[in-house]
Amino acid sequence: MDLMEYQAKELFAKHGVPVTLGIVATTPEEARAAAEQLGVVVVKAQVKAGGRGKAGGVKLARTPDEAFEHATAILGMTIKDLPVHRVLIAPAASIEEEYYFSFLLDRANRRYLCIASVEGGVEIEEVAKTNPDAVKQIPVDPGSGVDEEKARAIVEEAGFPAALTDQAVAMVQALWRVFVDEDATLVEVNPLARLEGDVLEALDGKVSLDDNADFRHQDHAVFEMKEETDPLEAQAKEKGLNYVKLDGEVGIIGNGAGLVMSTLDVVAYAGERHGGVKPANFLDIGGGANAQVMADGLDVILGDDQVKAVFVNVFGGITACDEVANGIKGALEILGDHATKPLVVRLDGNNVDKGRAILEELGHPLVTQVDTMDGAADRAAELAQA
Amino acid sequence: MSIYLNKDSRIIVQGMTGGMGSKHTALMLDAGTNIVGGVNARKAGTTVELGGQELPVFGTVKEAMAETGADVSVVFVPPAFTKDACIEAVDAGIGLLVVITEGVPVQDTAEVWSYLQGKPTRMIGPNCPGIITPGESLAGITPHTIAGKGPIGLVSKSGTLTYQMMYELKDFGFSTAIGIGGDPIVGTTHIDALAAFEADPETRAIVMIGEIGGDAEERAAAYIKEHVTKPVVGYVAGFTAPEGKTMGHAGAIVSGSSGTAAAKKEALEAVGVKVGKTPSETADLMREILSS
Repeated sequence: MDLMEYQAKELFAKHGVPVTLGIVATTPEEARAAAEQLGVVVVKAQVKAGGRGKAGGVKLARTPDEAFEHATAILGMTIKDLPVHRVLIAPAASIEEEYYFSFLLDRANRRYLCIASVEGGVEIEEVAKTNPDAVKQIPVDPGSGVDEEKARAIVEEAGFPAALTDQAVAMVQALWRVFVDEDATLVEVNPLARLEGDVLEALDGKVSLDDNADFRHQDHAVFEMKEETDPLEAQAKEKGLNYVKLDGEVGIIGNGAGLVMSTLDVVAYAGERHGGVKPANFLDIGGGANAQVMADGLDVILGDDQVKAVFVNVFGGITACDEVANGIKGALEILGDHATKPLVVRLDGNNVDKGRAILEELGHPLVTQVDTMDGAADRAAELAQA
Repeated sequence: MSIYLNKDSRIIVQGMTGGMGSKHTALMLDAGTNIVGGVNARKAGTTVELGGQELPVFGTVKEAMAETGADVSVVFVPPAFTKDACIEAVDAGIGLLVVITEGVPVQDTAEVWSYLQGKPTRMIGPNCPGIITPGESLAGITPHTIAGKGPIGLVSKSGTLTYQMMYELKDFGFSTAIGIGGDPIVGTTHIDALAAFEADPETRAIVMIGEIGGDAEERAAAYIKEHVTKPVVGYVAGFTAPEGKTMGHAGAIVSGSSGTAAAKKEALEAVGVKVGKTPSETADLMREILSS
């Protein structure tokens, strides 16, 4: 799960990273009230996307009325397709220098990486390209982690000014605690600022948390933004389904993330022959495709008005095809009149003959069986175009 | 021949008495696997009957290895306990550790990986279907009925795509098929498997299945160029997947690659790997190679 800036800053504060929290506002009135309290402020759009400043989502407000105006504009904005529902009202800071700092997962080397640059700021990607030596990449071993000695080595290699060394060492250790104690895959501070009077402070923060570790972080549930989630995705999540809404006409149900992703591709290719129809969603029902899971999945997909046809693509591995076929049969019974769109089913693998026989015998008017994945994708795309 | 796993492999199951563990232990036995016991501290000294066989349950991996001569462990324990189970197996000196468990926190995997450096354990997974050498042994959950023995080596991030590809090429068969798992950190990579298949005299050609995200496929391409002489056919899933919501700049700086399917396909084709647009097209490319 990716956090918004104000949520990341809450975690920073919890672990002792120097940060000013500011006030979150959801209306221009709240923004004005916050500015009355804080003085000169920056109004910052809270969305899970980079480039907020460039999109006009970050504005300086010298007066409460200016904060009101900026909040009015920003709260109506969409940044990278994400509507802005909140702004962070942060006290304006007088910045002398901007640095970059992060801890993250280094997939390729199977360890962690610390990236630090004293030529930081918002253009860090540009700096990494034009002057890679200025962006230090320091490996961190997951076994030994970051103690004070390691933190000191990082600060030295990054080249922080001598006047900031002790603050920086403490901050690196605090950010490390955010990374490990919260099970993050990314903790990024950009900019990390030197303020007037040689004070180091995290002016922005990005944190990505590992969903797999949710079981040991009950407190992370508050970070979930229900209203930011697509209603169909929310419904699917409630049912424990792995669903992502896309913009297309062919509903997809499959088992296994890889096969479902592959199904999206095959449907998109087929769509090129049928008026450009596209996959409407990603839905992985996992290993056990029983009637209830199948019904829940179909229910979500049929709730998408854009869907014109549904492609059920299941390879019977551990799950036998006859179980899947019975699942489809049961789902159609559970859904009754709600099942209104044509269903193209491709079953293959374990007990495929039994599975196909069950659906043939059912003879449901909405169900078409096709033997191959490519053929079924083509049929589903054709039906979605009609 | 095969890679990592053969008929002489002696396998124990960590988490054998649980739901997943007992179900799949029976299926592994069904595949002809030499399962010699299981590990569960709370049920040490008892036996479990699975697939018509009486299997001893040991208190620790170390004890199980000493009693049975096991050299492979398959892990089915829940995510919260996976790290400890792995470290126990590494400490006991297990040769091959196959971690099936899905949903392991990535920092736990990173710690296990760091811990097993310089030790004799090879880890496969986590979050993977495991490894099968058809007709000899299965350490994992891949259905053994899909395809038999043959000249193709298969390595894949995805479970069901592994099954699909084995099914498409069942008329040829497989030396070994290995699902390395799709987690950000895995114990055995595409490159490890490619190197092993290159060295395996029984493997004539290799199918490599990738997915969007990370740059494992790009690195595999560079490795193929330098070290692999056997024909390799590739497939990458996720051409039409929407761009993930990446946060910050750090990921892009590190990988230097966008992680898209198109970038992976391009990297593979640049080193002479034929890449299919769909699983069946990929199977056709392999069929051409093996028939020529």
